[in-house]
Amino acid sequence: MNNRVLFVMPLVVFLVLAGYFAVGLTLDPKKLPNMLAGKPVPDFALKPIKGRDDKGFASADLKKSVSLVNIFGSWCVACQVEHPFLMELKATSDVPIHGIDWREVDPDAGPAWLKKKGDPYALVGDDPRSRAAIAFGVTGAPETFLVDAEGVVRYKVVGPINKALWDDTLKPLIDKLRQGGAS
Amino acid sequence: MTAELGHFALILALFMAIAQATIPLIGAERGNAAWIAVARPTAILQFLLVVLAFACLTHVYLTSDFTVLNVIKNSHTDKPLLYKISGVWGNHEGSLLLWVLILSLFGAAVAVFGGNLPPALKARVLSVQAMIAVGFYLFMLLTSNPFERVFPPPMNGQGLNPLLQDPGLAFHPPMLYLGYVGFSMAFSFAIAALIEGRVDAAWARWVRPWTLAAWCFLTAGIGLGSWWAYYELGWGGWWYWDPVENASFMPWLAGTALLHSATVVEKRDTLKGWTVLLAIITFSLSLLGTFLVRSGVLTSVHAFATDPARGVFILALLIVVIGGSLALFAWRGPKLTSTGLFQPVSREGALLFNNLVMTTAAAAVLLGTLYPLLLDALGGGKVSVGPPFFNAVFIPIMIPMIAAMAVGPFLNWKRSDVLPALLRLRLAFGAALIAGGLAYTAYMDGPVLGIIALALAVWLGLGALTELATRVRLFQEPLADSLSRLFRLPRASWGMTLGHFGLAVAIAGMAGAGAWTVESIQVMKPGDKVAVGGYEFVFDGAEKGKGPNYSLVSGRFSVSRGGDTVVVLEAEKRVYNVSQQPTTEAGIHTTWRGDLYAVIGDPEGNAGAYVTRLYFNPLVVWMWVGILVMVFGGALSLTDRRHRVGAPHRRRAAAAAAEA
Repeated sequence: MNNRVLFVMPLVVFLVLAGYFAVGLTLDPKKLPNMLAGKPVPDFALKPIKGRDDKGFASADLKKSVSLVNIFGSWCVACQVEHPFLMELKATSDVPIHGIDWREVDPDAGPAWLKKKGDPYALVGDDPRSRAAIAFGVTGAPETFLVDAEGVVRYKVVGPINKALWDDTLKPLIDKLRQGGAS
Repeated sequence: MTAELGHFALILALFMAIAQATIPLIGAERGNAAWIAVARPTAILQFLLVVLAFACLTHVYLTSDFTVLNVIKNSHTDKPLLYKISGVWGNHEGSLLLWVLILSLFGAAVAVFGGNLPPALKARVLSVQAMIAVGFYLFMLLTSNPFERVFPPPMNGQGLNPLLQDPGLAFHPPMLYLGYVGFSMAFSFAIAALIEGRVDAAWARWVRPWTLAAWCFLTAGIGLGSWWAYYELGWGGWWYWDPVENASFMPWLAGTALLHSATVVEKRDTLKGWTVLLAIITFSLSLLGTFLVRSGVLTSVHAFATDPARGVFILALLIVVIGGSLALFAWRGPKLTSTGLFQPVSREGALLFNNLVMTTAAAAVLLGTLYPLLLDALGGGKVSVGPPFFNAVFIPIMIPMIAAMAVGPFLNWKRSDVLPALLRLRLAFGAALIAGGLAYTAYMDGPVLGIIALALAVWLGLGALTELATRVRLFQEPLADSLSRLFRLPRASWGMTLGHFGLAVAIAGMAGAGAWTVESIQVMKPGDKVAVGGYEFVFDGAEKGKGPNYSLVSGRFSVSRGGDTVVVLEAEKRVYNVSQQPTTEAGIHTTWRGDLYAVIGDPEGNAGAYVTRLYFNPLVVWMWVGILVMVFGGALSLTDRRHRVGAPHRRRAAAAAAEA
């Protein structure tokens, strides 16, 4: 047995492992399987938040057009990061964005936040006790669900939406869903 | 201001480490004493700068400065003081800062106390140590800055994960890190030895105490973690083969092997290449353990914030440190020639057997931990590898080792016979058979492995005691002589005896809790009775209350055995105000025979009924006691005279030269 080879072996084994790590990095462990994909949105009917005297937000509202359902909370730092982009979407795109105001301890906190920073939502439901959030299988805020015109969940985003995600993933998906609906 | 000061200190520490990593190394190569001397002040200054950075982070936590992102994410104003402090390292960025703090502390310790090291070796060791530090500083400053500010600041923080608001967690990570980072010293010595092309008894004499200290901390850290899981998670379990647990267990296995092979290098001048390789592997596994759960390549129930953006940096760092050191080993390793020869049946042979088993076990755990990743990388989808795999692979590997462990210390160096050793162990063998037989009659329907493990524990425990008795010539000489021998035994021998004996005690605990736990899950109304493991649990009802930053439900259980009241257990379920995350505080009563363990769950209906889980965990306390004995043995061995006295090795080297 060549001694030299023996001393090189550990390096070879490690480099093979490192190769696997490199491939592993390109995979996203956060990409949790979306249990709702291809299924209708769960049944829910949420009351409106204070200061918005509309009817609130319920699953029936999602069976009209392709829309986004955004889970947010005034307590959530990442939602603050996401918020300007949602405002931009409201101004530039015609996809309605609905909000679920999740787990507000103070019922005034959500409305106050929206009043101060701007309200990007078409409809907003108040979900202090996580009723709808649990039905949606939410793991944290923000999360956004893309729902088609039949009220079927098509895609789920964990974490803030940004321009890159919108341009590369959501926008093409929405266009496809709309074409599919037209034909 | 404080956050900026800490940030600035960290940047200065990076530059100090760069100086320490280069100048002394070049100085040692060229024999330039002035350049070599740079190692000492840079190491000390680097340490002081990190202390300053750490103090700054602690300060922003104590003052709940919510302009700092790290504080927002992990703290809250109504959190108790202890957890404001432990919150400093209870998160990704802060734990890295703790890591470099310990790393630079060890570097400074070598710089200050390493006076009897050859100056060139010391310079190289400190340079290698600083290279590791440079990698960590860059990682922190570029991807994980603990001092990052947020504007506008929120009103309050998000709170620390309530599972982590526990004294067990306050001390568990620092212990683990002292262990992980302690192995960096063995690594630095190994790399320095490869650069010099020389490994001798003096080298081993330096590596051993560092390895031993790191091993003690790691053992204590793993024990604390396991204990915390046992009483805090409320699942009645103490080990789950979770990636994070495995991450700490792999360096422990490799470090235990290193501890034993370094003895061979010191005493017999052989197994040099192997020992150097083990030192590299042990630290590599520590690095892997630190990073695996943060990189985003693996997920785990108690992962820190995983962030794929950091993954690339981590992988690059791992490739440079591990790949670089293994390449150096491939290049310079063959130069490390060994002189001592030995027969397969000998003390060296037994220690080598230990090494093979320990590294095989570490490799098996590594394979199980990485398997989901490997499969995913090959496009095989997401799987998780659970306890059945590890139990099926790990336990059979360990059984022959525990069996051999009792015999090894009886063997002589160079060449030996097994038979006399076995004859001395006949008492232990008989006792092991009896213990196995008793366990079999008591738990005939339980798993066979439990019976084997219990018999092995008796065999190993009595084996260790027999070895001690043989050493002091108990019953062969007057008792007084034996006693005086006992007191004159080197502390290192005591360390070995206690280490082996402690493991035996711990194995007994694992066997009991692993094989014969009795579990009962049901809905109980006040007044209901349930029999578990020969005890009768009566549910006395539950009431609601409030803690400092949580609300709670507290249930009481009166436990009796044969009509006599044993104890009243109180089990709590807490819901933390900020995160609304529930945690369980199990009610536990510990006895030598086993633990009574009660957990209260969710209410069921309106009649005051609750879901309850009741356990009898036999012998579980033996596990913690065993681990404590092992740590104590290691610590005792550390105080051995020969680790403190630098001179004898030169005389011994001279004597060895004269012999030749």
